Amino acid sequence: MTQVAPASLQPELVIGLRGLRNQFGSHVVHDNLDLDVRRGEILGVVGGSGTGKSVLLRSIVGLQRPAAGTVTVLGTDVLSASEEERKALEARWGVMFQDGALFSSLTVRENVEVPLRAVPGLDPAVRVALADLKVAMAGLPPLAGDKYPSELSGGMRKRAGLARALALDPEIVFLDEPTAGLDPIGASAFDALILRLSRSMGLTVFLVTHDLDTLHAVCDRVAVLAEKKVLVTGTMREMLDVDHPWVREYFHGPRARAALGAAPIAQD
Amino acid sequence: MSTGASPPIEAASNGTRLTVTLTGDATVLGATALHAALASVPLDRDVQVDLAAAARIDTAGAWALAMLRRRLEQAGRGMTVTGAGETTLAFLGTVDAAIPEGERPPEPRLGLADRLEHLGRAVAGSVGFLLALTGYLGLFLARLARSALHPRQFRLTSLVHHCQEVGLKAVPIVAVMAFLIGVVLAFQGAAQLRQFGAEIFVVDLIAISILRELGILLTAIIVAGRTASAYTAAIGSMRMREELDAMRTLGLDPADVLFVPRILALLLMLPILGLVANVAGLLGGALMAWTQLGISPAMFQTRLVEGTGMSHVLVGMIKAPVFALIIGVVGCHAGMQVERDTESLGRMTSNAVVTAIFAVILTDAVFSIFFAQVGL
Repeated sequence: MTQVAPASLQPELVIGLRGLRNQFGSHVVHDNLDLDVRRGEILGVVGGSGTGKSVLLRSIVGLQRPAAGTVTVLGTDVLSASEEERKALEARWGVMFQDGALFSSLTVRENVEVPLRAVPGLDPAVRVALADLKVAMAGLPPLAGDKYPSELSGGMRKRAGLARALALDPEIVFLDEPTAGLDPIGASAFDALILRLSRSMGLTVFLVTHDLDTLHAVCDRVAVLAEKKVLVTGTMREMLDVDHPWVREYFHGPRARAALGAAPIAQD
Repeated sequence: MSTGASPPIEAASNGTRLTVTLTGDATVLGATALHAALASVPLDRDVQVDLAAAARIDTAGAWALAMLRRRLEQAGRGMTVTGAGETTLAFLGTVDAAIPEGERPPEPRLGLADRLEHLGRAVAGSVGFLLALTGYLGLFLARLARSALHPRQFRLTSLVHHCQEVGLKAVPIVAVMAFLIGVVLAFQGAAQLRQFGAEIFVVDLIAISILRELGILLTAIIVAGRTASAYTAAIGSMRMREELDAMRTLGLDPADVLFVPRILALLLMLPILGLVANVAGLLGGALMAWTQLGISPAMFQTRLVEGTGMSHVLVGMIKAPVFALIIGVVGCHAGMQVERDTESLGRMTSNAVVTAIFAVILTDAVFSIFFAQVGL
């Protein structure tokens, strides 16, 4: 649900990770990891392959149980939350998986209706209209609602996945590699969509990406995962001054310079 | 957040204008009530909507307001919003602009012609399916003949691997299944035959039913469940990952690489499995006859050799290669029908099993009629 009330001056923390530790067998992915996400911001999480970006996302939304540490989302401790608290929390966040993770036996509209069905007393006609609205807000053509996921292109599946994640007007959306596998035009259109939706709906966005253009175009802050923890957070400009070999290579490489040189995306 | 026992809006008329005040949050939780309440707003004058009391407005609330604005506009009236901040107004505008225009066309009703068309398509589809299966059988035979002419290109390792998967690894389940069938036949047969004092004929009952029908039929059904599904899943997932396309670009023919070793392995292994089933079934029957009816193994053997002609064994075994071809061709064909989505993989795998088992039983019935007619 959108918070249209005036934002307080102190940035409110919506996600807080403290001392997070994730391991698979003897392989430690995260160790003593701390991270804060403020309300209304778009945070981009970057890191080399295998640094556990997706694992981090999964442990925040409760799909992966950390070995140690605390995860606080919207004031609720995710790890010790009761069934009801978790249910309430799940209605306040939305997750878009890498390839949309749409239910393949349902049409796009029915996919978006799934979270709406959990709302008590919602009239079916209103539900369908709201699903159609979300499909349109995600930038899909009206006819896409009747299609099955297998009939859509990769970019459209991602948009449909976003529409489903936004179905209940969450306060936080988690996006896993939103522009991976898209052509440059599709990718920058998706960037613009994220930016527009997050600003108009007051969303907090937690975004895992490899895409330097996305980082530059939409992210308010960037968090760099390396050495099993969040090495540094800050704006793109601040990243340029970080003195760490991986961060230097990442943000000073030829691709990064090309992305930085480009003009930022217009906000509509 | 309340879904609201109280009405979600209050309307007050002042002259030419109607003021509608939202009494609570306009979120998805109360969207139905809000939409219904706004639908009752008269469209005969301009409306001013006061949002001062609504702390939270989400897409559902904005949608309900946008729908009211559209209805008013159609009636030639206007709607203004007061008591809302700049962000809220921008949000309302974003939602209003995003609402898809136009009603969706209603679902077309199915007429008689449509139903006939569906029937026709289903029949044509079945005919096409049979033709496709025949085509795959021909493809297999042609490739097999080519392998016979060029034995060096033949994939022996692959054949041996599949023989192990299809044959050797299926021996335990087939043997146990046939043994139990033998036990059941002896048990049930004994109970009936004892009433006539004709216990000794239980040997004929077991021998004829197992050797002629049940041994090979049940083996084929188990193999259809085990192997047809495995073939479909293996070939289908290779298709999904574009491995078959990669093969073609490397100059390899999927029929040579995938179909010939698989179907040939079945062709070689199913008769052997049938033989294993026959032996295990007779053993089970003999054991039961011994313990229940006192027919000693030696007596069982004598009666078996005297009373049961070799023709029964032949009638049973002659069906094995036919069943093997059916199972192999159905499995490979279904695998090639898998598309890029995971759902089709599951659908085609279960289709393959159902089709293979059904075709095996149907063929068995045809064989029975044929053998009855020629007097075997």
